[in-house]
Amino acid sequence: MKAHLTRRYIFSASHRLHSSQLSDAENAVTYGKCNNPYGHGHNYVLEVTVSGTVSEQTGMVCNLIDLDGFVQHEILDHFDHQNLNKLPEFAKSVPTTENLCIAIYDILQRGFRLAHLEKVRFEETMMNSFEYAGGRELGS
Amino acid sequence: MVYLTRKAEFSASHYYHNPQLSAEENLRVFGKCNNPNGHGHNYTLEVTVKGNVDPRSGFVVDLKQLKDVLNREVLDAMDHRFLNKEVPEFLTRIPTTENIAIAVWQRLAPKLNQAQLHRVRVYETPDLFVDFYGEA
Repeated sequence: MKAHLTRRYIFSASHRLHSSQLSDAENAVTYGKCNNPYGHGHNYVLEVTVSGTVSEQTGMVCNLIDLDGFVQHEILDHFDHQNLNKLPEFAKSVPTTENLCIAIYDILQRGFRLAHLEKVRFEETMMNSFEYAGGRELGS
Repeated sequence: MVYLTRKAEFSASHYYHNPQLSAEENLRVFGKCNNPNGHGHNYTLEVTVKGNVDPRSGFVVDLKQLKDVLNREVLDAMDHRFLNKEVPEFLTRIPTTENIAIAVWQRLAPKLNQAQLHRVRVYETPDLFVDFYGEA
């Protein structure tokens, strides 16, 4: 039988929202306080949802030890306590949480083979959340 | 179609062990969860049903009836129990969060007559949950 498993992780990072394709005035209008040149930070909550057949041998969609290990090495070690604007993922794009969703989804999609990646969800704050399923519509 | 979710909590102990694997393999696959004396969690359960709103009552489902079924079929059986030893499903299946979600679905689905079961979500901790939609 097929089940969906979701795991939550937390990391902290800073960023500044500023687009090189906009003028300074347009950046200020578009991003408001998030355009502060010194940046600011968030405690990001990352939710990773994977799906698959529940193994009769283990009772699991995938072993959490493997998922946690992958996320720790490939995501948290890379993004936690960093300035997102300085990372290669955001050399050409603005580190909005939308783009962060896409970047993290791509890392999982490329490297995590032990279950099907359903979606990535981010809480930037308790009031804002973002979801990305590789461009697919969100299902049930 | 309107969806309604009812939450419940239960506390239970369990451990993960597959008798077909060696002791070393069990420890490697299940880690700390393999401790035969068990350990426990406060589980949060979310049961989502769906249906059309009854024009007379304005309900998708009688919440009291849903609560009664949930209490009788799931909570009475699992709350404050050692899942491996006291819940029949887990005499043969490992009581992972995945299998608990499936067991809850299988207990509820035949007992709900008004509304249709949409999703069972089981939180083992606030940072780990499983959704089951009845998919084969």
